Amino acid sequence: MTAIGIEAIDIGKHFGSFHALSGVSMKVAPGSVHGLLGENGAGKSTLVKCLLGYYKADTGSFLVDDREATIERPADADALGLGMVYQHFTLVPSMTVAENLVMSRRDVPAAIDWRAEKAALGEFMRGMPFKVPLDAEVGTLAAGERQKTEIVKQLYLQRRFLVLDEPTSVLTPQEATEMLGLVRDLAHSGQLTIVIITHKLKEVAAFVDEVTVLRRGRFAGAGLVKDLGAADLTAMMIGEPHAPANPERLGEPAAEIRLAVRDLRTAADGGRKGLSIAALDVKAGEIVGIAGVSGNGQKDLVEVLGGQRPIEAGEVLVDGTQYDASRAQSQARHVRVLPEEPLRNGCVPPMTVVDNLNLRAFDTANSRLWLDRSAMAARAASMIAAYGIRAPSPIVPIGVLSGGNVQRCVLAREFDGDVRLLVLANPCFGLDVKAVAETRARIMAARNQGTAVLLISEDLDEILELSDRVAVMHDGEIVHQMPAAGADPQEIGRHMLGHH
Amino acid sequence: MIDTVALAMLGGSLRVSTPFLFVSLGECLTEKAGRINLGNEGVLVLGAMVAYATSYETGNPWAGIAAAAIAGLLLGGLHGAICSLTRVNDVAMGIALMLAGTGTAFFFGKPYVQPSAPLLPGIPLGFWSDSPQLRNALNVCPLFFLGLLAAFVMHWGFRSTRMGLRIRIVGDSQDAALALGLPINRTRLFATAAGSALAGIGGAFLSLYYPGSWNEGLSSGQGLMAVALVVFARWNPINCIYASLLFGAAGALGPSLQTVGVTWGYYLFYAAPYVVTLTVLILTARGGTALRGMPGQLSIGR
Ligand SMILES: Nc1ncnc2c1ncn2[C@@H]1O[C@H](COP(=O)(O)OP(=O)(O)OP(=O)(O)O)[C@@H](O)[C@H]1O
Ligand SMILES: [Mg+2]
Repeated sequence: MTAIGIEAIDIGKHFGSFHALSGVSMKVAPGSVHGLLGENGAGKSTLVKCLLGYYKADTGSFLVDDREATIERPADADALGLGMVYQHFTLVPSMTVAENLVMSRRDVPAAIDWRAEKAALGEFMRGMPFKVPLDAEVGTLAAGERQKTEIVKQLYLQRRFLVLDEPTSVLTPQEATEMLGLVRDLAHSGQLTIVIITHKLKEVAAFVDEVTVLRRGRFAGAGLVKDLGAADLTAMMIGEPHAPANPERLGEPAAEIRLAVRDLRTAADGGRKGLSIAALDVKAGEIVGIAGVSGNGQKDLVEVLGGQRPIEAGEVLVDGTQYDASRAQSQARHVRVLPEEPLRNGCVPPMTVVDNLNLRAFDTANSRLWLDRSAMAARAASMIAAYGIRAPSPIVPIGVLSGGNVQRCVLAREFDGDVRLLVLANPCFGLDVKAVAETRARIMAARNQGTAVLLISEDLDEILELSDRVAVMHDGEIVHQMPAAGADPQEIGRHMLGHH
Repeated sequence: MIDTVALAMLGGSLRVSTPFLFVSLGECLTEKAGRINLGNEGVLVLGAMVAYATSYETGNPWAGIAAAAIAGLLLGGLHGAICSLTRVNDVAMGIALMLAGTGTAFFFGKPYVQPSAPLLPGIPLGFWSDSPQLRNALNVCPLFFLGLLAAFVMHWGFRSTRMGLRIRIVGDSQDAALALGLPINRTRLFATAAGSALAGIGGAFLSLYYPGSWNEGLSSGQGLMAVALVVFARWNPINCIYASLLFGAAGALGPSLQTVGVTWGYYLFYAAPYVVTLTVLILTARGGTALRGMPGQLSIGR
C-alpha cells in the first residue's frame, strides 16, 4: 500500500448562477498531510466533493499519481483508493457499527458470515487508536463517537488517499491530538496521503506539512507550513493578519437563579443510560460550562431543554417555575437553544434560509392570520448581514449551505431579540477563525447583559475561556462543579473520565 | 365447548393468517427499502384471480401460485418503476395501483366466478388423532410453511446478505447510499417487485385454499391492513409472523363461534381484526416508541 499524489487543475463548479469554485488548483504530494483552509463558504467542501466524485466539476481536471483520472461517480474515486470523511455524516443510523463497516467494503460477499467478520473486526479494532462499540446502533452514538466511526471506517477500507472534512470539530482535544497524530504517522510512513480541512490553526501548525488556502471560491495562496507563521495563514484565510481579540468579562453573575434543574431523570435509550442530574443551576449573567467526553449525556440534556426528549422524573425550572420546553413557554420565557447537529435538530433543511431564520418568531411577529413575508425577508436580511452568512441567495434551501454557514444561521436566529436563557451546544462547531471569535464575543456580550448561558462544549479550552463556572458530566450525571477561574484542566480531565 | 372453539380458532387462525403473513412480509420488504406500497391490496386481488384462472386452465394449483407471484412481480415492478421518476409520490401511486389491480382482476375474472378450479391440498398434520375437529384444524396449507420460511429467510437476509443490507441502507439513509454509490432506484425497484410477488402469493392462498373460490368480495382489505401490521411488527419479518397469527386469530373468532352455534353479535365478531388493528396501533403509538425501527426514508415518516 503506497500513498497517492493528487493534483487538481483549474477546477470550476457552479450551482445555478452561483460560482462556488472558479479556477482552483491544488497539488498534494504523496505521503504528506495537506491542509485545505479558508473561511466558511470558501468552497473547500465543494472542491473535495468534486475530487471524490460526489459532484462533477464543470471545468478542470484531476491528476492521480500524475495521470489524468476521470472521476464521475463516488465509485470511481473508490476504485482509485480515494476516501473521505464527510462534514455531514454518512453512516446509516439504524445499522450497527459493524454492519456499517462491512457494508462500506467493495467486496462484500453475497452472504455475510458474521462470526468471521466480527472476529476480523475485533482484530482490526485492536490496532486502532480509539475504540468504537461494534454492536451499537450508529443512531444511538453521540456526534463524537460517530465521527470516530467514520474515520475508523476509512482506515478499515485501507484508503491510500483520505480527505478529512473538519474531522476534529466534535472530538475532545486529547482525542483530536491522538487521531491527528495517528493519521500523520500513517502519512509520513508513506502509506497514506491526507487532505485535512480545518479551521483550527493550532492543528495546522502541529500536524500539517503544506497548505492550500481558498477564499470566496478562488485560490488564495499555498505554501509549506514551516515557512508560514500564524499571521500569514490568518491573512490568507480572512484577509486580516489577526482574528479579533477575546471579549471582556464584565461584572459578576446576579444572585437570581434563571435555570434550575432538580433530580432530573430521563429514560435509558438504545443501551445508553439516561440522565440523572441532582442539581444544576445557572444564574442570570452567568455562563456555566458543561465539560465532558462526548456521549456522556450532554446530548440528552440539550434535548430535554430543547423539548426533544421527555423527562421521567424531576423538574426543570426557569425563573422558579416549571418549564416544559413547549413553543409557547420558550417564547414567553425567552429561552433559546442551539442544538447539536443544528441542520438536523434546529432547521427544516428543504425550507429556505429566510424561513429557517424566522422559525422562532414568524408566529409572534404580527397578529394577522397570514405571514408578513416582506418583514420576514427583511429580518432575515439583517441577520444575514450581521452574521456574515454566505448563501447563493436567501431563498435557497438551507440544506445546501456550507456547514459553517448553517451554524451561523442558527446562531443568528437563537441570539436574536430578547434572550433570557441560552442553551448552546458546541456553538463554534465548524466556524472559521473569524466567526469563532465573533461568536465567543456574542456569547460574552449576552452574559454581560444578564442572559443566563448554559454552554455545552467538547472544547475544554472554550469552556475554560468563556465560563464562570464549570460542571463536569460523566455517564449522565453532573459529577463535579467548580469555579472556572483557576480551574485545573488536568483535574477536569480526570472527572471527565470518571476518576473522582 | 371451549375446546371446540379453541380448536376452531387454532385452525382458523392458521388459515386466516397466511395471506396476512405474505402481504405483510411483502410490504415489510418494500418499506425496508424506503418505499411504501399501498397497491398491495390490488396485487392481492389480482393474484387471487390470476391464480384461480391459471389453476382452472392448467389443472395445476401450483402453476396458479407461480402465475400469481409473476403477476405481483409485474404490478410491483410497475409501481417501483413509476416511483423512480422524480416527483412521483409513492402513496398516491399506491392508491392508483390498488384500484388498477382490483379493477383488472374484476374485469378479467368475470368468466372464472362460476367454474371450480383445482385447489391446493392441505397437509394433514392431524393424521394421528381420531378427533375430526382436530384433524380439520391441523389440516394446514403448505403455503403457511412457505410463508414461515420466507420470514426466516428475510430475517436472515436483512442481517447477513449483501442485498439485505443494501436494502436497509437505501431505505434508511439516502445520503449514505449515495456516498456508497449504491443504485438507489434499482434497489427499491427490486424490493417493490419482490414484495408484490409475495403479496400475489397471499392472494393465491385466498382463491386456491381458503376460502378457495374466486369472487369479487374475496379480499376483506388484508392488503391494506398489512401496512398497519408492518408498523406493529416494527419492520421485523419474524414479528410479522406473530402479528399475522394475532390478526388471524382475531379473524377466526367470528367463524369459530359460529361453529358452536353462537349467532348473536355475528357482525361484531367479524369486525374483530379491524378492532385489533385499531387497538394495536393505539397501544403501540403510546410513549412515542411506535416508530422505532422505521426506515428513515419512508415518505410517511420523513
Ligand atoms: N448543492 C449546492 N447547491 C447550491 N449551493 C451550494 C451547494 N453546495 C454548496 N453550495 C454553496 O457553495 C459555497 C461553498 O460551499 P462549501 O460547502 O464548499 O464551503 P466550505 O468552504 O466547505 O465552508 P465551511 O467551512 O462552512 O464548511 C457555499 O456558499 C454554499 O452555499
Ligand atoms: Mg465545508
